[in-house]
Amino acid sequence: MRIESPKQLAALRKDLLAKDKQTTKKLMVCCGPGCLANGAGKLVTEFRNTLKKKHIKGISVEILKETGCHGFCEQGPLVVIEPEGIFYTHVKPADVETIIEESLRHDYVIDGLLYTDHRTGERKRTYHDIDFYSKQTRIALRNLGKIDQYSIDDYIMHGGYQSMAKVLTSMTPDSVISEVKTSGLRGRGGAGFPAGKKWESCAKADDWPHYVVCNGDEGDPGAFMDRSIMEGDPHSVIEGMIICAFAVGARNGYIYVREEYPLAVQNLQLAIKQATDYGLIGEKILGTEFSFEIKVNRGAGAFVCGESSALMKSIAGEVGEPRAKYVRSVLKGLHDHPTVLNNVESYANIPVIIDKGGEWFAKIGTPKSTGTKAFSLVGKVRNTGLIEVPMGTTLREIIYDIGGGIQDDRPFKAVQTGGPSGGCLPDDKLDLPVDFDTLTDAYSMMGSGGMIIMDDRTCVVDVAKYFLKFLVDESCGKCTPCREGLYQLHALAQKISDGLGTEDDIVKMEKLSDVIIMGSLCGLGKSGPNPFVSTIRYFRDEYLAHIKDHKCPAGVCTALIRYDIIPEKCDGCMACIFACAVNAITGRKGKVHTINQDICTKCGACMAVCRRHAVEVS
Amino acid sequence: MKHDLTKIPEIIGRYPQEPGSLIAVLQDIQKEFNFLPCEALTATAEALDVPLSKVFSVSTFYNAFCLSPRGEKIIRVCMGTTCHIRGAKQLLEQLETRLNIKAGQTTKDMQFTIEVVNCVGACALAPVVIINEEYHGNCKVSDAKRFTRRKHEKEEA
Repeated sequence: MRIESPKQLAALRKDLLAKDKQTTKKLMVCCGPGCLANGAGKLVTEFRNTLKKKHIKGISVEILKETGCHGFCEQGPLVVIEPEGIFYTHVKPADVETIIEESLRHDYVIDGLLYTDHRTGERKRTYHDIDFYSKQTRIALRNLGKIDQYSIDDYIMHGGYQSMAKVLTSMTPDSVISEVKTSGLRGRGGAGFPAGKKWESCAKADDWPHYVVCNGDEGDPGAFMDRSIMEGDPHSVIEGMIICAFAVGARNGYIYVREEYPLAVQNLQLAIKQATDYGLIGEKILGTEFSFEIKVNRGAGAFVCGESSALMKSIAGEVGEPRAKYVRSVLKGLHDHPTVLNNVESYANIPVIIDKGGEWFAKIGTPKSTGTKAFSLVGKVRNTGLIEVPMGTTLREIIYDIGGGIQDDRPFKAVQTGGPSGGCLPDDKLDLPVDFDTLTDAYSMMGSGGMIIMDDRTCVVDVAKYFLKFLVDESCGKCTPCREGLYQLHALAQKISDGLGTEDDIVKMEKLSDVIIMGSLCGLGKSGPNPFVSTIRYFRDEYLAHIKDHKCPAGVCTALIRYDIIPEKCDGCMACIFACAVNAITGRKGKVHTINQDICTKCGACMAVCRRHAVEVS
Repeated sequence: MKHDLTKIPEIIGRYPQEPGSLIAVLQDIQKEFNFLPCEALTATAEALDVPLSKVFSVSTFYNAFCLSPRGEKIIRVCMGTTCHIRGAKQLLEQLETRLNIKAGQTTKDMQFTIEVVNCVGACALAPVVIINEEYHGNCKVSDAKRFTRRKHEKEEA
């Protein structure tokens, strides 16, 4: 079926809404990355088969919806029964029959599957009652967990493609750009460049054709917001791109998705096919003169391709090396033509901005950073998951109110934002409001939105070393200061972590960092030393502990720690002996075991298997 | 090991015969053979009219491409930040010790390949190990033993 006019689109939505009213209950199974990895796929099959067998009145297989990431990954796999919002956690295939019988056939709520508040011990009936959800504002993630990720009809029913219809029939490119400018939307990929300004420069460029590119190369480790949007709500990205293409006069668009996200590629391709069948992409969209096509490009596992100019080279089938940006990509981008490149989350915001108006959007957040921002809250935090909060929310609110504090109530040490190029912030920065400028002023950065929480058992030297290693591997090698400098920086960090560092090494590292920052072309090199620069600023003591005392306070750096068995606690169960890959542990059954320090590789396997916590690290 | 090289022209034919298709073609070849055979690279260079040196440069630049055959069981250890601070490094070292190979290498009997990957976006389950596309979450160092069990060992266990 092809939709020929906005009227037909509205009629389709009306039909879908009427049909939807007839179903009393909906069963939403979260199929986000976290839940899928936890077995949500099996759950869906089980629900489908059981629903087919049951023949309950008013309840058919159609009520089953495979949604995008609901957010609360820690509790997955998640199942939500709408419209009430009853929220079941850690659901297993064995629970399927009970859920259908009790909660779908009747209205009983199964207590055992509800979420328990760790502070009060109270069981929460619906997700609206849970702090993790009630403190969020969702714009870019508005449809995640609410619509079926494979269904264009569901998207249209929830108001999808209405903004596109509005733009194509009642707005001019200029008025679209001015609306986006009014909204104050800044690029969600990390740099925070005003989207409206970018669109305006591209629209004005007198060199045709123009291109629209969506950056879905979410390379920052610990970030999965864009993945969740591309998988769970692909149409919102497509709609945002169509609106952008109309504003800048582009006919072709590309979505560049990283290789590690095969499901995102699959869902986007399905969404593009559905939209093309409906005539929402292609020639003469909705009967207007506007035509637009979208292609999905798969990345091939290179972090640097998240950089705009490298990404465009990769789309053209070349090695992804960034170029000097004397001329910006809005003027000479893909195939040397004017190109607008925005991040997935930026595009997902666009339909809402058009629908509710730029002014509405600008009222949310802070004056200079408007709207909301999605974060993936991960690490040693109690409630790992995908969240979206207004700009200006403090780190403390995010970590303690939404995140529920630190795992096992250990002390908070640092929060790492902005991926490898970002920085670590200590506890006295917890009351900082999260927006683009404040984080940059605190020597970290917003980045794409990964927020990694660390506790007292995380070593900052080790973290800095980890990020430097990451960047050494991912540097494209074009600029010498980045290629060689980061290598040396990592070698020095390794030296410190091995307990062989001197205070002079820190001075050397600081000088070297300055050179790398000054002498590199792209963002990867310019922000490459950040993992070191920010940790040395806030955690100098910990570096000095490694250098002067030859101690790793967090018990991570293997050269500076030892594992021992506490004789009083060991019951001689031999579990650690079987776990040890290098046969460093000796002892007979029922007798206290000992670790031979000469053989021990400090892998921690013994500690992981010991049920009596008899292995200590010092 | 024998590979059915007759499939190569068909794979190259799936895309427009222009330099821009290079990455997509290589991805499909890798999907078919699990690595990039030498013959495939030369055939691609000819068909897309790209110098062989450039095909080689692209296939070594991107992490996803592999120029040597890989094992039956590909163990991919996620090395994202979350996995790292929750102990992925120790897990990787354990896997390396048990199989006596380093990340990126394949065991002599062609049973196992260990690879590292930068974040698969399943951070809630960190540390994550993916074995032939199957996710294993909340892995412990002690799981290495289970992951590296060889076929004939399974029956004994």
